[in-house]
Amino acid sequence: MLSISQGLFYFLSFISVLFALMVILAKNPVHSVIYLIVTFFCISGHYFMLNAQFLGIVNIIVYAGAIMVLFLFVIMFLNLNHETEPKTPILAKIAGAICGGMLLLLVVAIFNDTQLIYAQNPNNQIGLIKNLGLVLFKDYLFPFEIVSILFLAAMVGAVLLAKKDDKTKQSDII
Amino acid sequence: MNSLITQIPLNHYIFLSFAIFTIGIIGVLTRRNAIVVFMSIELMLNSVNLLLTAFSAYKSDPNAQVFVFFIMAVAAAEVAIGLAIIVLIYRNTRSIDINVLNKLKW
Repeated sequence: MLSISQGLFYFLSFISVLFALMVILAKNPVHSVIYLIVTFFCISGHYFMLNAQFLGIVNIIVYAGAIMVLFLFVIMFLNLNHETEPKTPILAKIAGAICGGMLLLLVVAIFNDTQLIYAQNPNNQIGLIKNLGLVLFKDYLFPFEIVSILFLAAMVGAVLLAKKDDKTKQSDII
Repeated sequence: MNSLITQIPLNHYIFLSFAIFTIGIIGVLTRRNAIVVFMSIELMLNSVNLLLTAFSAYKSDPNAQVFVFFIMAVAAAEVAIGLAIIVLIYRNTRSIDINVLNKLKW
Protein backbone atom coordinates (compact mmCIF):
# COMPACT_ATOMS: atom_id res chain seq x y z
CA MET A 1 0.00 0.00 0.00
CA LEU A 2 1.35 3.39 -1.02
CA SER A 3 1.45 6.20 1.48
CA ILE A 4 0.27 9.70 0.55
CA SER A 5 3.71 11.10 -0.20
CA GLN A 6 4.67 8.02 -2.20
CA GLY A 7 1.46 8.27 -4.20
CA LEU A 8 2.10 11.97 -4.79
CA PHE A 9 5.65 11.24 -5.94
CA TYR A 10 4.57 8.64 -8.49
CA PHE A 11 1.64 10.77 -9.66
CA LEU A 12 3.88 13.85 -10.20
CA SER A 13 6.51 11.68 -11.91
CA PHE A 14 3.92 10.23 -14.26
CA ILE A 15 2.51 13.66 -15.14
CA SER A 16 5.95 15.19 -15.69
CA VAL A 17 7.14 12.35 -17.95
CA LEU A 18 3.83 12.33 -19.86
CA PHE A 19 3.90 16.07 -20.53
CA ALA A 20 7.62 15.97 -21.36
CA LEU A 21 6.76 13.39 -24.02
CA MET A 22 3.96 15.59 -25.30
CA VAL A 23 6.41 18.52 -25.60
CA ILE A 24 8.39 16.67 -28.25
CA LEU A 25 5.36 15.01 -29.87
CA ALA A 26 3.16 18.10 -30.28
CA LYS A 27 2.97 19.45 -33.82
CA ASN A 28 2.21 23.02 -32.81
CA PRO A 29 5.09 24.84 -31.02
CA VAL A 30 2.59 26.81 -28.89
CA HIS A 31 1.22 23.54 -27.52
CA SER A 32 4.77 22.42 -26.80
CA VAL A 33 5.29 25.51 -24.66
CA ILE A 34 2.07 24.90 -22.72
CA TYR A 35 3.05 21.27 -22.04
CA LEU A 36 6.53 22.40 -21.00
CA ILE A 37 4.97 24.77 -18.45
CA VAL A 38 2.99 21.85 -16.98
CA THR A 39 6.22 19.82 -16.77
CA PHE A 40 7.97 22.67 -14.97
CA PHE A 41 5.13 22.94 -12.45
CA CYS A 42 5.42 19.19 -11.77
CA ILE A 43 9.18 19.55 -11.26
CA SER A 44 8.46 22.40 -8.85
CA GLY A 45 6.12 20.02 -7.02
CA HIS A 46 9.02 17.58 -6.72
CA TYR A 47 11.17 20.36 -5.24
CA PHE A 48 8.50 21.12 -2.66
CA MET A 49 8.28 17.43 -1.78
CA LEU A 50 12.05 17.36 -1.27
CA ASN A 51 11.59 20.34 1.09
CA ALA A 52 13.53 22.64 -1.25
CA GLN A 53 11.00 25.45 -1.09
CA PHE A 54 13.39 28.10 -2.36
CA LEU A 55 14.19 26.17 -5.52
CA GLY A 56 10.53 25.33 -6.07
CA ILE A 57 9.53 28.98 -5.97
CA VAL A 58 12.50 30.12 -8.07
CA ASN A 59 11.69 27.39 -10.61
CA ILE A 60 8.13 28.68 -10.99
CA ILE A 61 9.22 32.32 -11.19
CA VAL A 62 12.20 31.89 -13.52
CA TYR A 63 11.15 28.98 -15.75
CA ALA A 64 7.36 28.99 -15.83
CA GLY A 65 7.18 32.76 -15.44
CA ALA A 66 10.03 34.33 -17.37
CA ILE A 67 11.59 31.81 -19.76
CA MET A 68 8.33 30.34 -21.05
CA VAL A 69 6.87 33.82 -21.63
CA LEU A 70 9.98 34.57 -23.69
CA PHE A 71 9.43 31.38 -25.71
CA LEU A 72 5.75 32.18 -26.28
CA PHE A 73 6.67 35.73 -27.29
CA VAL A 74 9.18 34.55 -29.90
CA ILE A 75 6.78 31.89 -31.26
CA MET A 76 4.01 34.44 -31.69
CA PHE A 77 6.47 37.03 -33.01
CA LEU A 78 7.60 34.62 -35.75
CA ASN A 79 3.98 33.46 -36.28
CA LEU A 80 4.76 29.74 -36.05
CA ASN A 81 2.05 27.10 -36.20
CA HIS A 82 1.76 23.54 -37.40
CA GLU A 83 1.69 24.59 -41.06
CA THR A 84 5.19 26.06 -40.84
CA GLU A 85 6.43 23.05 -38.87
CA PRO A 86 9.31 21.29 -40.68
CA LYS A 87 8.70 17.57 -41.19
CA THR A 88 11.22 14.98 -40.01
CA PRO A 89 11.68 11.79 -42.03
CA ILE A 90 10.18 8.78 -40.24
CA LEU A 91 13.53 6.96 -40.34
CA ALA A 92 15.22 9.78 -38.44
CA LYS A 93 12.44 9.69 -35.83
CA ILE A 94 12.87 5.94 -35.31
CA ALA A 95 16.66 6.27 -35.15
CA GLY A 96 16.43 9.07 -32.57
CA ALA A 97 13.95 7.14 -30.44
CA ILE A 98 16.15 4.03 -30.53
CA CYS A 99 19.26 6.01 -29.56
CA GLY A 100 17.50 7.64 -26.62
CA GLY A 101 15.81 4.42 -25.56
CA MET A 102 19.12 2.54 -25.50
CA LEU A 103 20.64 5.26 -23.32
CA LEU A 104 17.70 5.09 -20.92
CA LEU A 105 17.90 1.30 -20.83
CA LEU A 106 21.62 1.45 -20.04
CA VAL A 107 21.21 3.83 -17.12
CA VAL A 108 18.19 1.97 -15.70
CA ALA A 109 20.13 -1.29 -15.91
CA ILE A 110 23.13 0.27 -14.16
CA PHE A 111 21.22 1.92 -11.31
CA ASN A 112 18.74 -0.89 -10.77
CA ASP A 113 21.34 -2.95 -8.93
CA THR A 114 23.28 -0.09 -7.39
CA GLN A 115 22.92 0.54 -3.70
CA LEU A 116 23.33 4.27 -3.19
CA ILE A 117 24.66 5.44 0.14
CA TYR A 118 23.09 8.45 1.75
CA ALA A 119 22.58 9.96 5.19
CA GLN A 120 20.25 7.96 7.38
CA ASN A 121 18.75 10.98 9.10
CA PRO A 122 18.98 13.79 6.58
CA ASN A 123 18.58 17.35 7.79
CA ASN A 124 15.34 18.49 6.19
CA GLN A 125 15.97 22.20 6.82
CA ILE A 126 18.67 22.76 4.20
CA GLY A 127 16.32 23.81 1.40
CA LEU A 128 14.78 26.66 3.36
CA ILE A 129 15.50 30.19 2.21
CA LYS A 130 17.38 31.15 5.38
CA ASN A 131 19.85 28.27 5.20
CA LEU A 132 20.41 28.57 1.45
CA GLY A 133 20.91 32.32 1.82
CA LEU A 134 23.59 31.75 4.44
CA VAL A 135 25.46 29.39 2.11
CA LEU A 136 24.92 31.56 -0.95
CA PHE A 137 26.20 34.78 0.60
CA LYS A 138 28.99 33.18 2.61
CA ASP A 139 30.60 30.55 0.42
CA TYR A 140 29.34 31.56 -3.01
CA LEU A 141 29.40 35.35 -2.81
CA PHE A 142 31.93 35.78 -5.63
CA PRO A 143 30.12 33.46 -8.12
CA PHE A 144 26.90 35.25 -7.21
CA GLU A 145 28.39 38.60 -8.24
CA ILE A 146 29.87 37.06 -11.40
CA VAL A 147 26.36 35.88 -12.36
CA SER A 148 25.18 39.48 -12.31
CA ILE A 149 27.93 40.37 -14.80
CA LEU A 150 26.85 37.38 -16.92
CA PHE A 151 23.29 38.68 -16.93
CA LEU A 152 24.44 42.14 -17.97
CA ALA A 153 26.47 40.63 -20.81
CA ALA A 154 23.53 38.44 -21.87
CA MET A 155 21.17 41.41 -21.85
CA VAL A 156 23.51 43.55 -23.96
CA GLY A 157 24.18 40.62 -26.30
CA ALA A 158 20.51 39.81 -26.80
CA VAL A 159 19.66 43.43 -27.58
CA LEU A 160 22.62 43.73 -29.93
CA LEU A 161 21.77 40.49 -31.76
CA ALA A 162 18.06 41.11 -32.21
CA LYS A 163 18.39 44.81 -33.02
CA LYS A 164 17.48 45.86 -36.51
CA ASP A 165 20.56 46.52 -38.57
CA ASP A 166 20.46 50.02 -40.06
CA LYS A 167 22.33 48.93 -43.18
CA THR A 168 19.89 46.18 -44.22
CA LYS A 169 17.07 47.08 -46.55
CA GLN A 170 13.66 47.75 -45.07
CA SER A 171 12.21 44.84 -47.07
CA ASP A 172 14.54 42.34 -45.39
CA ILE A 173 13.19 43.19 -41.97
CA ILE A 174 10.13 41.55 -40.51
CA MET B 1 9.31 15.61 4.97
CA ASN B 2 11.82 13.18 6.38
CA SER B 3 9.23 10.48 5.78
CA LEU B 4 9.42 11.00 2.00
CA ILE B 5 13.15 10.45 1.92
CA THR B 6 12.89 7.17 3.79
CA GLN B 7 9.92 6.06 1.70
CA ILE B 8 11.27 6.66 -1.79
CA PRO B 9 14.66 5.27 -2.79
CA LEU B 10 17.08 7.66 -4.41
CA ASN B 11 17.17 5.33 -7.42
CA HIS B 12 13.66 6.39 -8.35
CA TYR B 13 14.75 10.02 -8.62
CA ILE B 14 17.59 8.91 -10.89
CA PHE B 15 15.15 7.00 -13.10
CA LEU B 16 12.73 9.94 -13.26
CA SER B 17 15.46 12.47 -14.07
CA PHE B 18 16.99 10.23 -16.66
CA ALA B 19 13.61 9.56 -18.28
CA ILE B 20 13.09 13.32 -18.71
CA PHE B 21 16.70 13.74 -19.86
CA THR B 22 16.24 11.01 -22.48
CA ILE B 23 13.04 12.64 -23.71
CA GLY B 24 15.06 15.84 -24.13
CA ILE B 25 17.74 13.96 -26.09
CA ILE B 26 15.13 12.37 -28.36
CA GLY B 27 13.59 15.80 -28.91
CA VAL B 28 16.95 17.27 -29.94
CA LEU B 29 17.62 14.33 -32.27
CA THR B 30 14.23 14.15 -33.99
CA ARG B 31 12.74 17.64 -34.11
CA ARG B 32 13.79 20.15 -36.78
CA ASN B 33 12.07 23.22 -35.39
CA ALA B 34 14.84 25.24 -33.70
CA ILE B 35 12.54 26.46 -30.93
CA VAL B 36 11.37 22.93 -30.04
CA VAL B 37 15.02 21.81 -29.99
CA PHE B 38 15.66 24.65 -27.58
CA MET B 39 12.75 23.55 -25.40
CA SER B 40 14.19 20.03 -25.31
CA ILE B 41 17.44 21.49 -24.01
CA GLU B 42 15.44 23.22 -21.26
CA LEU B 43 13.92 19.83 -20.38
CA MET B 44 17.39 18.33 -20.04
CA LEU B 45 18.57 21.21 -17.83
CA ASN B 46 15.52 20.78 -15.59
CA SER B 47 16.02 17.06 -15.20
CA VAL B 48 19.61 17.64 -14.10
CA ASN B 49 18.40 20.29 -11.65
CA LEU B 50 15.91 17.84 -10.19
CA LEU B 51 18.59 15.18 -9.77
CA LEU B 52 20.99 17.64 -8.08
CA THR B 53 18.24 18.69 -5.69
CA ALA B 54 17.36 15.08 -4.88
CA PHE B 55 20.99 14.26 -4.12
CA SER B 56 21.30 17.39 -2.02
CA ALA B 57 18.20 16.48 0.01
CA TYR B 58 19.34 12.89 0.54
CA LYS B 59 22.89 13.93 1.45
CA SER B 60 21.88 17.00 3.52
CA ASP B 61 24.27 19.14 1.51
CA PRO B 62 23.05 22.65 0.64
CA ASN B 63 25.85 23.28 -1.90
CA ALA B 64 24.01 21.34 -4.61
CA GLN B 65 20.95 23.55 -4.23
CA VAL B 66 23.11 26.64 -4.64
CA PHE B 67 24.46 25.08 -7.83
CA VAL B 68 20.90 24.51 -9.07
CA PHE B 69 20.29 28.20 -8.46
CA PHE B 70 23.32 29.08 -10.58
CA ILE B 71 22.23 26.66 -13.31
CA MET B 72 18.86 28.42 -13.44
CA ALA B 73 20.59 31.80 -13.73
CA VAL B 74 22.83 30.59 -16.57
CA ALA B 75 19.82 28.97 -18.28
CA ALA B 76 17.94 32.28 -18.20
CA ALA B 77 20.88 34.07 -19.85
CA GLU B 78 21.25 31.23 -22.37
CA VAL B 79 17.57 31.41 -23.34
CA ALA B 80 17.75 35.17 -23.91
CA ILE B 81 20.79 34.84 -26.21
CA GLY B 82 19.49 31.70 -27.94
CA LEU B 83 16.12 33.17 -28.78
CA ALA B 84 17.82 36.33 -30.08
CA ILE B 85 19.92 34.12 -32.36
CA ILE B 86 16.79 32.25 -33.53
CA VAL B 87 15.07 35.55 -34.35
CA LEU B 88 18.18 36.59 -36.28
CA ILE B 89 18.21 33.27 -38.21
CA TYR B 90 14.53 33.70 -39.04
CA ARG B 91 15.17 37.17 -40.38
CA ASN B 92 17.91 35.92 -42.67
CA THR B 93 16.46 32.60 -43.87
CA ARG B 94 12.69 33.10 -43.33
CA SER B 95 12.63 29.70 -41.67
CA ILE B 96 13.52 28.09 -38.34
CA ASP B 97 14.25 24.68 -39.86
CA ILE B 98 17.65 23.68 -38.48
CA ASN B 99 18.46 21.80 -41.70
CA VAL B 100 18.78 25.18 -43.41
CA LEU B 101 21.74 25.88 -41.14
CA ASN B 102 24.19 23.45 -42.73
CA LYS B 103 26.76 25.99 -43.87
CA LEU B 104 29.24 24.87 -41.21
CA LYS B 105 29.06 21.27 -42.37
CA TRP B 106 31.79 21.50 -44.99
